[in-house]
Amino acid sequence: MALSGIQIYKLLPQTNCKECGFPTCLAFAMKLAAKQVELAACPYVSEESKTQLAESSAPPIRLITLKSDGHEVKAGNEVVLFRHEKTFYNRPGLFVKFKDSQPVEEIKSALTPAEAYTVNYVGINLTLDGFAIESTSGDAAKFAAAVSAARSVSRRPFVLMSNDANVMSAGLKALDGDTPMIYAATSSNWEAMAELSKQYRAPLAVSSESLDELAELTEKIKAKGVEDLILDPVSQGLSPALSKATQIRRLALKKNYKPLGYPMIAFPENPASAAQALAKYAGFIVLDHFAKELVYPLLVLRQNIYTDPQKPIQVQPGIYEINAPKAEDPILVTTNFSITYFSVANEVESSGLPAWLLVTDAEGMSVLTAWAAGKFDAERIAKSVKTFNVAEKVTRKRLVLPGAVAVISGEVEGELPDWEIRVGPREAVDIPKFMKQAL
Amino acid sequence: MPVEIPLDKWPGTVRTITLGATAADGGTRSHTITVGGEKTLPYMHFEGEMPNRPVVAIEIRDRRPEDWSPLLLQTWVDVADDPGLWAKAAEQAGADLIEIMLSATDKDGQPNTPEAAVAAVKAVLKATGLPVLVFGPGQAELDNTLLVAVAEATKGERLVLGICEDKNYRTIVATAMANGHLVSARTPMDVNLSKQLNILITDMGLPPDRVLMDPTTGALGYGIEYGYSVMERLRLAALQGDAMTQFPMIVTPGFEAWKTKESKVGQGVPEAWGDWQNRAINWEVLTAATLLESGADIVVVRHPESLRQVKAAIEELMGALPAR
Repeated sequence: MALSGIQIYKLLPQTNCKECGFPTCLAFAMKLAAKQVELAACPYVSEESKTQLAESSAPPIRLITLKSDGHEVKAGNEVVLFRHEKTFYNRPGLFVKFKDSQPVEEIKSALTPAEAYTVNYVGINLTLDGFAIESTSGDAAKFAAAVSAARSVSRRPFVLMSNDANVMSAGLKALDGDTPMIYAATSSNWEAMAELSKQYRAPLAVSSESLDELAELTEKIKAKGVEDLILDPVSQGLSPALSKATQIRRLALKKNYKPLGYPMIAFPENPASAAQALAKYAGFIVLDHFAKELVYPLLVLRQNIYTDPQKPIQVQPGIYEINAPKAEDPILVTTNFSITYFSVANEVESSGLPAWLLVTDAEGMSVLTAWAAGKFDAERIAKSVKTFNVAEKVTRKRLVLPGAVAVISGEVEGELPDWEIRVGPREAVDIPKFMKQAL
Repeated sequence: MPVEIPLDKWPGTVRTITLGATAADGGTRSHTITVGGEKTLPYMHFEGEMPNRPVVAIEIRDRRPEDWSPLLLQTWVDVADDPGLWAKAAEQAGADLIEIMLSATDKDGQPNTPEAAVAAVKAVLKATGLPVLVFGPGQAELDNTLLVAVAEATKGERLVLGICEDKNYRTIVATAMANGHLVSARTPMDVNLSKQLNILITDMGLPPDRVLMDPTTGALGYGIEYGYSVMERLRLAALQGDAMTQFPMIVTPGFEAWKTKESKVGQGVPEAWGDWQNRAINWEVLTAATLLESGADIVVVRHPESLRQVKAAIEELMGALPAR
């Protein structure tokens, strides 16, 4: 069971030496209890206390990092089963798989567009996180050649896939200096795979259809000195995949069950199973092919699910053009809460009528919430008009306020005396009608 | 090394609700559809019962919806002018339910009339034996006029009448009570507003086994995370024993997903969005699949390929092996 800050404090040296970076041992203890620091930061803690604290100071789901050439993919350190309880932290890495049975030139040309892929969502550029190379040939030289070919195109982290330790070893050699994932240790090869994991400091995926066997394997591998593990609870179909992923997450979070306290890897076979892997706890997701029309929505879904519920997605404040507005077209005012922005922008766009959309910095709140919190008032709106040089874009100075804040129209007139201030509808869905009839 | 799986104990159960009535029960449906009854979180079969599989409805309109994506209009090209034919085609595509949404205006721009609405719904009921949901155009006053007429003309069918929201629930609930129908109670992505509307509706005397709740959702990329978490919270509350959240949930991922630029538009969009048709279907399927994970009992989609994929996902979630 996790210890409280005070319980942890009793096990610390209580010298307030500050070498851990905190002013007092108590402050450090509190951070340990919140799982925000590692015990290793304290140079003087006794071996006895270390053993006692190890259990409670380690995060319930170990943080695993794959690295290469400045790229990093992290999974683990999650603390909740449902995102509304706090948030999900480490967005699962999205990988695309290639096979060593393909000629190396084919691998290179297929990998190139996937490596270069980038797509913009609410101002953020999203990409794939890495690639998986699978040995289907069973030939060590072929695997090494495929891995090298892939590496010549992409510097991102790799997942190397083979159940044969000799083949795996050849692949790892070809990537010397990186931290790829070794996939996978099973009940028949785990000793050799654990050796490779140690030798190359590469996290090791452990694969078994049974949770009992999975727990047994991770304990055996841990006893060999390998702790950076990933779980592959091999599943046929959505139902067993969901059950096992939930059971593993529950065991880790509710029972602090160490043998299954590692992130998971998933190999979805279709869009629905990829959605499930994103929402339900995978830390690494390997797609079996690259298709923009699937990768884009998956990257968006990942952003959505991993959005901190306390910090909504915001849109960059500014003046946006919809349907190519001209100098005589109206300026509609809204806030920078992404959902508010999208609702308004979608309606204006679908109306087919040109307009300017002035997105005011309301700290990511919706119109009414921001108004109630004093983040969307006449002063802020006037400031946006000035900051974004709105007056220079139009000949007819006409500003339309959301109907929900009709009460501030007088104040806005006061702040912007040479502007015509209009009040629009309360709901975004009524905007097209309003634009057609009233503007 | 045996692992002891932690099981959650849930005191609450989601209500079981039957849509549609056969001749034996005063309707004309060939069969009924029952949803709800969960005693655990979605698809946690190792822990508790989920006696009824979630179902998929296809959304159709009473006249050709000119503002729909061309991808959808192409798909339903032969049937979009006739709600009866459209319902039949949707049934053949594998729909469990038909949702007909009434238009605000006729094709000449005149307001829709109760007579026209009744004729459209009757055509659907004649063409298909599936249970039917009838949704108004979403303008409280017009919804009332159209839905009351439809409810009276289809007495005993156990239709689902929507949208029943805070502005018009009194009228819709009254006519549902008088004519043996169900209501779909919609609130804007908020747990407490959901509960409140359910209380108001049941306080009027509508039996709770005739209420579905629609917590509203956003499409993928357009607020799905809000709907997703509200649904998870509603379902957790239901299982913890909060009676006013123990209603099966209906959501409309088709309506939401096909509003987005990603689905609707094929020209002048970023090259990184990929193939239009596949992207649009992925958008709808991912929205629907994610909402099923958070507890949806009924999802309403628009494209037959999405219907096929979502139904396959439900089969798998209920324990079937994946089709190869």
